[in-house]
Amino acid sequence: MTIDSVRGAPGTPGVAEPELIQLLTPEGERVEHPDYPLDLSAEEIKALYRDLVIVRKIDLEAVALTRQGELGIWASLLGQEAAQIGSGRALGAHDMVFPTYREHAVAWCRNVEPLKLLGLFRGVNHGGWDPAEHGFHLYTIVIGSQTLHATGYAMGVQRDGVLGTPSAGATIAYFGDGATSQGDVNEAFVFASVFNAPIVFFCQNNQWAISEPLERQSRIPLYKRAQGYGFPGLRVDGNDVFACLAVTRKALENARTGQGPTLVEAYTYRMGAHTTTDDPTRYRLKAEEEAWKLKDPIERVKAYLVRNDLADAGFFEGVEDEAKGLAKELRAACLALPDPRPLSIFEHVYAEPHPLMTEEQEQFAAYLASFEDEGVAS
Amino acid sequence: MVTPVSQQQFKLPDVGEGLTEAEIVKWHVQPGDQVEVNQTIVEIETAKAIVELPCPFEGVVAELLVTEGQTVDVGVPIITVDAGAEGGVATPVSEPPAQAAALKQDVVPSVAEPGMVSPDKPKRQPVLVGYGVKEGATRRRPRKAANGAAPSAAAPAPTPTAPAPARPQPVDGGLPLAKPPVRKLAKDLGVDLAGITGTGPKGSITRDDVLAAQAGPRPAPAAPGVREERVPVKGVRKATAAAMSASAFTAPHVTEFLQVDVTRTVESVRRLRELPDFADVKVSPLLLVARALLTAVARNPMVNSSWADGPNGAEIVVKHYVNLGIAAATERGLIVPKVKDAQDLSLPALARALNELTAKARAGKATPADLSDGTITITNVGVFGVDTGTPIITPGEAAILAFGQIRDMPWVHEGELAIRKVTTLSLSFDHRIVDGELGSRVLRDVGDMLEDPLRMLAWG
Repeated sequence: MTIDSVRGAPGTPGVAEPELIQLLTPEGERVEHPDYPLDLSAEEIKALYRDLVIVRKIDLEAVALTRQGELGIWASLLGQEAAQIGSGRALGAHDMVFPTYREHAVAWCRNVEPLKLLGLFRGVNHGGWDPAEHGFHLYTIVIGSQTLHATGYAMGVQRDGVLGTPSAGATIAYFGDGATSQGDVNEAFVFASVFNAPIVFFCQNNQWAISEPLERQSRIPLYKRAQGYGFPGLRVDGNDVFACLAVTRKALENARTGQGPTLVEAYTYRMGAHTTTDDPTRYRLKAEEEAWKLKDPIERVKAYLVRNDLADAGFFEGVEDEAKGLAKELRAACLALPDPRPLSIFEHVYAEPHPLMTEEQEQFAAYLASFEDEGVAS
Repeated sequence: MVTPVSQQQFKLPDVGEGLTEAEIVKWHVQPGDQVEVNQTIVEIETAKAIVELPCPFEGVVAELLVTEGQTVDVGVPIITVDAGAEGGVATPVSEPPAQAAALKQDVVPSVAEPGMVSPDKPKRQPVLVGYGVKEGATRRRPRKAANGAAPSAAAPAPTPTAPAPARPQPVDGGLPLAKPPVRKLAKDLGVDLAGITGTGPKGSITRDDVLAAQAGPRPAPAAPGVREERVPVKGVRKATAAAMSASAFTAPHVTEFLQVDVTRTVESVRRLRELPDFADVKVSPLLLVARALLTAVARNPMVNSSWADGPNGAEIVVKHYVNLGIAAATERGLIVPKVKDAQDLSLPALARALNELTAKARAGKATPADLSDGTITITNVGVFGVDTGTPIITPGEAAILAFGQIRDMPWVHEGELAIRKVTTLSLSFDHRIVDGELGSRVLRDVGDMLEDPLRMLAWG
């Protein structure tokens, strides 16, 4: 209980929006920023809108599937669509993503099948996509450790000597506000800074680390931390897909051309629970959620499209129908996912045979064979 | 019961990580209702949260298999849905064909015994995502025992269907079984779980058990058909009634109210508790309210007085000692023990006297001397969870202070909106003795001291 809460609740207007980079207001008005010019065609904006709607629908379907016992758990991205689609659509073919476990929309941008994500949370695969093929690493559950992996990867790209050439790829590491308190993240900042690694640290500050509010992570705005490590940090409206796109594009380009790391703090809000196993009504106020609802990332793009006559009702209905159809297909495909064979767990641990594991595999096979009469597939 | 092919059953899923059961809180649909995929059909409460479950099927609700208030094991069917007439089954049944076939033979547990295990031979069933491990699944044993040790222990006898009601089994001499929300409820209500016999699964203590325990020994239910009953008025109740009527009809009552920010008082109480002088005694905000009233009385003696109709006409008897009455709710009714000469007591001594007297009163051991000769009273209505009331003056006194519950409230503090601890004070006084100005001043004094307890030092 905070007795003197004069600092204001997270997300309270006026308290926590210093130097917020914004190109599209919550009301759907386009504003210009001198450092981040952005010129998008109507088709590009409509494509972004379609992305936002579809990833939200997929996310809602996954939450429902979890509630129906079909997934073990799900980390909902509700409210964070713009931060993920904006940054995800800024990525180039040679770039590499190191996600947490919530970057479903970035996965969408990297052409990772949503069904693969559901399989992971259903417990029938360990991800199942090829990180090299998609430029999208496997989900990392441990908080913040992917920032070190990403920094190491970026230093490797640097040593390939491709920076500044067309085949240069930047690395982007995703993490949340809670992760900034982790040792790994701070170590990653140090290494990235002193080696001038080609990396973008993309922090989605969704205000809550499970039940801990931002004020328990930092006494200064998170983006200002970068200054202490010696690289630029900036804060972008994480519910503004235009701003997230423009800011990430520039940060990635800086990395690819050897100008070092950037910390992007995408200021957003987790509208749902941390995961399906917790209940946010126990630790935060409804009023806060209501305030953020007015900043919805999808509604503002819709308002912009309508206001500027860039799309008609048919377009919006078409996107909605497409999203519904995808969700329905996804549900059917998820329910049809086969349970993995028990022995398959041994198949992708090491690239080459390993004596201890071979022994364990044989023991387990013998155990399964011992009740063959009961018809258990191995 | 054989489930018709056109019907689909939704089994209670594990909506957390490894939860085994949930309570049905509220159904949002009834038999006959049309439902869509992902429409909310029911609210359930697990050990972690209240969760809304979306329907996995589309169609018409055929039957609700469990009732509100029932605690259901994960995996037990809770609703049957008939597939929609026009489109047929919109979504495939989630289970592989082998299990779908097995499902047709599922015995649907009777509503009275949720989660009971089918007495049939335990099915071998691979673990479904989110459905936990079936009874018996971990007990399957190799056909050929490897070294002959385990088999007899591992062969499961059919599980008895109805667990015998049992006392909560403390785990290794530890706590009795109860879910965390139930523990919290018990803690909030001041109910000791150790003294309760659980009626839930495995003798665990349920929400209802706690509520029943809080209500005290359950009174014998009135005979059916009796719509009224007459309770003899005697003992404490009779004395209270007489005194209250006498007071209300003889002394013209005026009551004033004041909302006070008591954040600093709450903080002071916390710090007092840490002092060695208070190590063996309970310190509550009531202690500082008592001290504040004593100080206010010293500044305004007229409020600590009584009205006397003597042979020479009416007189006001102003007392220069304070016998402070503390109203205590006891099983026998309202009792107001008095702390004698409270004005002379140090703060630790006052705390001790308050504790001892109220404990004695609650135990029914207060002596007549303990209960007589009061001069002014405090009633702590906050313990009942209410903000304030209009207290009735104890006969022979001129004022009574009611102290409401302390709540977190939005409050303008130093020019900014803040969350503060706020309570409501009310002071009833005998308008023959105390006029509005004096009454207001006393109330304001008490309020000021609770807003800033340092004033007790300044004014004491």
